Amino acid sequence: MSPPAGPIMGAMQDATGAVVSFENVTKRYPGSDSPAVDNLSLTVPAGEICVLVGPSGCGKTTSMKMVNRLIEPTSGRITIDGEDVMSLPAVELRRRIGYVIQQIGLFPHLTIGDNVAVVPKLLRWKDQRIRERVEELLEIVGLDPAAYAKRYPTELSGGERQRVGVARALAADPPVMLMDEPFGAVDPIRRDRLQNEFLRLQEKVRKTIVFVTHDVDEAIKMADRIAILQKGGILAQFDTPAAILANPASEFVERFVGADRGLKRLSLGRVGDLEMIEAITVRAGEDRTAIRARLDRVDELDYALLVDDQDRPLGWIDQQDLRGSGPINPEAASPGAPTVERETTLRDALSGMLGSSVQLGVVVDERERVLGLVSVDAIGERLRAPVRAADGGLHPVGEAAS
Amino acid sequence: MEFFGEVAAWFADPANWNGPDGIPARIGEHLVLSIVPLAAAVAVALPVGAWIGHTGRFSNLVINIANVGRAIPSLAILALAAMLLQRTIVDIGLRDSASEIVTMIALFFLAIPPILTNAYVGINEVDDQIVEAGRGMGMRDLEILRRVEIPVGLPVILVGVRTAAVQVVATATLGAVVATGGLGRYIIDGIAQRRFDEVFAGALIVAALSIATELGFSFIERRATSPGLRGRDTAPRELAQAGRPGGI
Repeated sequence: MSPPAGPIMGAMQDATGAVVSFENVTKRYPGSDSPAVDNLSLTVPAGEICVLVGPSGCGKTTSMKMVNRLIEPTSGRITIDGEDVMSLPAVELRRRIGYVIQQIGLFPHLTIGDNVAVVPKLLRWKDQRIRERVEELLEIVGLDPAAYAKRYPTELSGGERQRVGVARALAADPPVMLMDEPFGAVDPIRRDRLQNEFLRLQEKVRKTIVFVTHDVDEAIKMADRIAILQKGGILAQFDTPAAILANPASEFVERFVGADRGLKRLSLGRVGDLEMIEAITVRAGEDRTAIRARLDRVDELDYALLVDDQDRPLGWIDQQDLRGSGPINPEAASPGAPTVERETTLRDALSGMLGSSVQLGVVVDERERVLGLVSVDAIGERLRAPVRAADGGLHPVGEAAS
Repeated sequence: MEFFGEVAAWFADPANWNGPDGIPARIGEHLVLSIVPLAAAVAVALPVGAWIGHTGRFSNLVINIANVGRAIPSLAILALAAMLLQRTIVDIGLRDSASEIVTMIALFFLAIPPILTNAYVGINEVDDQIVEAGRGMGMRDLEILRRVEIPVGLPVILVGVRTAAVQVVATATLGAVVATGGLGRYIIDGIAQRRFDEVFAGALIVAALSIATELGFSFIERRATSPGLRGRDTAPRELAQAGRPGGI
């Protein structure tokens, strides 16, 4: 075995993230007066998600594409673990950087398994190794290989395609991943799920991710660090979401982040930070008297939660449904409370809960099983308590913009 | 009705199934006359069309050449080829098959436009996002063409080949005008000798051969096209989480 050639190859071996660094990078398109990216310098620490965000024409996508040289910088340099990306042939470099684009870009003529296998095949892995890797990856992103490997992209929903896109980008275990509005093509509810899922995945794989979006809320939710770019490719601010919300560096940033900055800081907290209330879960056919007795033991709860045989929530059972005796009627359950996951931001959770009649959020795990409940009051509690922000200082989450 | 009886009798006559001007021999000649120029046209027009579709360069030139080519009637192409080339072919010592060569050259030019245009369009229409995904994953140009653009564009590309094939098989009949073999002989000779049962029988065989060509290529298209491109099952379904609620 020969030693790995350079850090990009070296980082491949242990499969964790690598430091991505922009050093005075400028991109000027021929025939254009102003640069698309102007003297950009920033460093993304290994294993972090750096979100590039800004209005259209701010050069966020251009900046991202310079990392894998789909666009080449006019001047300056980009390094991965200190190694200049220009030192490798472009195709070699790209095979070592995961890439997820907006419409996912799955190859329609290839099965899901073959889509995931594209980069391993380009790298000429052995068939056996490719098969094992494809299975492993589909499982990682929550798609059963037996059911999915032989299907074609048109047979999948937007959310499933998105997961295949992520699996494909992870195929060769690249230290760095580029994601260009990866959740842009899915509806808001599913987007929240996919974001949560991706954050859980990132906990495990710890890649260095350069993520492009135009959505500030997505940036706040996903980012370890946000780079806000403004027109002309100028870096307006590069910092943690908490620091940007607390101290916008300029009027542009303040305007871009929005007037509801105080409210947005709710996005810094997650449902997992809250104290959960234990849910009284019941299954169809349980005796009403017994349920009433269980419910009476808990002061703050007036509702029981009907779940299916997999512990997945079906709906609320209120006092009226519990009158009399005999088994509970499953049709009595009234739907209408949002399900949230531990990774859901407090802002999204609150927004969902305020819109429903029973102002409780049902916390579920990745298999949809009920973990507990959170209340609007708990979020209120959280707002009053100061949290330790990522910049090390103490900030009350709900503190008004100053 | 009497006429159709004569045609049936013509088909029933064993003499028409044997010898150098029997049906099997003529079909064989006709196929050789068709397959050679078609294969040559595919060999030239497919790579050129694919490359132009991939790079996007010279596309206007191709479209114009193809349109002009289509506008010229087949018989005119054949006459032109005969006038310009017959002498040269005879001069280089190929007198015996000069008619065949002239006809094949004419058919070659006839087959170029549909193959070229569809190869170009098929490749060019492949979604830019997919191509970009391939490039971003580290495919070289030829890999993008071979692994992505050609397979995705294949249905359109093959329609071009089918169109050309049917056209060539039908038009090869005209070769008889410049004295080739093939099924055209029945028609041209039949007209000259006022044997209309033979003319009609010849026309029937040409039609059948054209339809067989059409069906054969359609079959190949279906077999060669990935199931993922067949447009069935386009409705998105959530498989892993059937019935998964978005809220309760």
